[in-house]
Amino acid sequence: MADSTGGDTHDPSRRDFLYVAAAGLGAVGTVGFVWPLVDQMNPSQDVLALSSIEVDLSGIEVGQSITVSWRGKPVFIRHRTEAEIAKAKDVAMADLPDPEGDDVRAEKPQWLVLVGVCTHLGCVPLGQAGEYNGWFCPCHGSHYDTSGRIRKGPAPTNLPVPKYVFLDDNNIKIG
Amino acid sequence: MSGHSSFQTNNPVLKWIEYRLPIFGFINDSLVVYPTPKNLNYWWNMGSLAGMMLVLQIITGIVLAMHYTPHADMAFASTEHIMRDVNYGWLLRYMHANGGSMFFIVVYIHIFRGMYYGSYKEPRELLWWLGIIIFILMMATAFMGYVLPWGQMSFWGATVITNLFSAVPLVGEEIVAWLWGGFAVDQPTLNRFYSLHYLLPFVIFAVVFVHLWALHVHKSNNPLGIDIKGPQDTIPFHPYYTVKDLYGMGIFGIIFALLLFFAPNLLGEPDNYIPANPLVTPTHIVPEWYFLPFYAILRAIPDKLFGVIAMFASIFILFALPWLDTSKVRSARFRPVYKMLFWAFFLNCFVLGYLGAKPPEGIFIVIGRLSTALYFLFFLVLPFIGWFERPRKLPESIATAVLESSGDDGGGGGAPDAAAAKAEDRG
Amino acid sequence: MYKFAKVLAFTAVTALFASPLYHASPALAAGSAEPIMKVDWSHSGPFGTFDRASLQRGLQVYREVCSGCHGLRFIAFRNLLEIGLTEKEAKTIAAEYTVMGGPNDEGEMYERPGKLFDYMPSPFDNEKAARASNNGAFPPDLSLIAKARIGGENYLYSLLLGYEEEPPEGVTLAEGMAYNRYFPGHQIAMGPPIDDEAVEYADGTAPTKEQIARDVSAFLMWTAEPAMEARKRMGVKVVLFLIVLTLVLYGVKRKVWADLH
Repeated sequence: MADSTGGDTHDPSRRDFLYVAAAGLGAVGTVGFVWPLVDQMNPSQDVLALSSIEVDLSGIEVGQSITVSWRGKPVFIRHRTEAEIAKAKDVAMADLPDPEGDDVRAEKPQWLVLVGVCTHLGCVPLGQAGEYNGWFCPCHGSHYDTSGRIRKGPAPTNLPVPKYVFLDDNNIKIG
Repeated sequence: MSGHSSFQTNNPVLKWIEYRLPIFGFINDSLVVYPTPKNLNYWWNMGSLAGMMLVLQIITGIVLAMHYTPHADMAFASTEHIMRDVNYGWLLRYMHANGGSMFFIVVYIHIFRGMYYGSYKEPRELLWWLGIIIFILMMATAFMGYVLPWGQMSFWGATVITNLFSAVPLVGEEIVAWLWGGFAVDQPTLNRFYSLHYLLPFVIFAVVFVHLWALHVHKSNNPLGIDIKGPQDTIPFHPYYTVKDLYGMGIFGIIFALLLFFAPNLLGEPDNYIPANPLVTPTHIVPEWYFLPFYAILRAIPDKLFGVIAMFASIFILFALPWLDTSKVRSARFRPVYKMLFWAFFLNCFVLGYLGAKPPEGIFIVIGRLSTALYFLFFLVLPFIGWFERPRKLPESIATAVLESSGDDGGGGGAPDAAAAKAEDRG
Repeated sequence: MYKFAKVLAFTAVTALFASPLYHASPALAAGSAEPIMKVDWSHSGPFGTFDRASLQRGLQVYREVCSGCHGLRFIAFRNLLEIGLTEKEAKTIAAEYTVMGGPNDEGEMYERPGKLFDYMPSPFDNEKAARASNNGAFPPDLSLIAKARIGGENYLYSLLLGYEEEPPEGVTLAEGMAYNRYFPGHQIAMGPPIDDEAVEYADGTAPTKEQIARDVSAFLMWTAEPAMEARKRMGVKVVLFLIVLTLVLYGVKRKVWADLH
């Protein structure tokens, strides 16, 4: 960059400084210009506004499940019975392909919230089905238990629990 | 392009590539060692600025297309979606909309520069032609782009301009229906305009490439308008003109940024923030500013068909310019009569632009006709000027003209014009 | 530098020549409306920012006065956070509106209270319904009105205050029309929408009609150009950066060209 030969009488260090400054500022300007072009592909404000949903749980009877749509995916919300909770808690970690305690998967034991996408190849599992009476994926036969954990079949991991908070006893905000 | 390239390297990878695809030699020949007249002034910055604007418009356009919906029911709302919800969407859209205006400013200066310094003359006639083709393609692209937001001015501008073709005898109505894909400007029109608005910039890009190819055969013209006589008349493009172009881009960028960030709607029409309504025409339809002179010519002629013919003729007559100008001298610096005529033509274009924005009534009609006549008169008078005009004496060469003036200027940028001034004094 | 100054001047002239002339013309064509009143807005100028309190009062004016006839379809309730409302306040306002939801599990559409992600419901389903309820006139959506009128927010302010109870002599108003000094053609289908005390401000600001007009005009400027503050902020930075970069490039250019002599 700093080619100050050729019988040039000017101060070479000033010249170098100018070149470095120009190149440096040019690089900063380029990054500044490119960033909006990249960021525009990120979710827009209206999409982000829909990225969290609030669900009223009061209408779900014990033993019932509902499916709501969140970020384009089904989310299962199950009001578990005492028997289901007991069954979910009463499992040896060693029996689980993807060991996870039920208490970390359900903030309040009676409410189980899951992203309803099979971790195998993305099908939507059927509720209250399968050998463990949790969920059963009809595509390749993965069985999930009443905590949504994988017990049998090709799926590698448990059904994911989305981030959610209880706004009050009967309302949750997912996302 | 290959074989006799000045590109030399010892890097085996570059050598391997260069042997198969002489791309480094090509870049070296056309952007690095490319011999350029030493005396180009700042008006010669417009070419690189236009190239930059084309690239910028393509980039911002592609990005906007990711969010825009070309549907009559959704186009307006999707434009507002870009302005309100997309990250930096307002920036990208204002950059694209005002970028169109900046592109036209640069190209108009580029064209006037070519006219002033006789850059269209032998052997650069095809170079000039390619430039006009780019200009026409730009106008088509800009027109269709303006339709896309589907505001009132989009809709009615599209209606008025496409209706020009109904002036064609016998098949006018059929042509217009074909353009519209229906019996009025509507969804099919919007959809095809979107498609073509996306396509044409790439066609422009290709023609620009050929434009540059033609340029590089006989090299740039220069303010003196005399041929390059040897290596003493030229300097390598890099670093001299790369850095000068970059500096010009900086100045241009400041002007662009002031418009974009502090007056983004200055050149737009308020009516275009009203959604298109096929049942209500705005009280006053005006095209974008860069079409105004042509719009004025269209309206100056009281006959529909001849108005349309005059408007198209005002553009297409530029193709004949290299042959209408019979003078052997290129630069207006040495042509006292042509110089006056040029400035009269230049001012007249502004008068036409002013009239294009005025309602066609009263005194404006009279001035409009006069101005239109003057516009064409320029081209009619031009052949005769070459016969009786006595040009001033041309300098021996670019190098001698530059040498005579050097010594009083350390910056270099101002030197060529000072040289020319001296040359004029001698004549 | 001098040469370039000439180029610059030319460019500036080219850029600016057309615009004022060209914008002046529609006003001329529209008839002899009075020149509009100019307000000293906090948001004008290259460093201007919106007056949040005024925008919030303007929102109140819109909701209590304008929204009966005019929509605001590009504004979502979540946008109200940008003018300084808390999430709770915005949610409360949203819930006061009814929007269509669904379809539910029975396939029916149902009404539900508005949420933050909903947009302001328009008072009429479509233009025909609007015209049918307004004596044939169409109350435009106000989202973009400040950018869709020559004069912008100053025009809105003037229009709101430009009503005359009696038209000047020699002017006969058509049935149901009002006389406005600033409206093109002077005959406007919208009756005088505001008067002193037309609303009651919670923050204690005196609700004179000038104040009300000012607040709602500022609010409508915001709805038309919500990114204005971000734009100006970025603009100042970009222009300063480009000036520095250009000065450095000018230095480089001089150095490089100095070799020639």
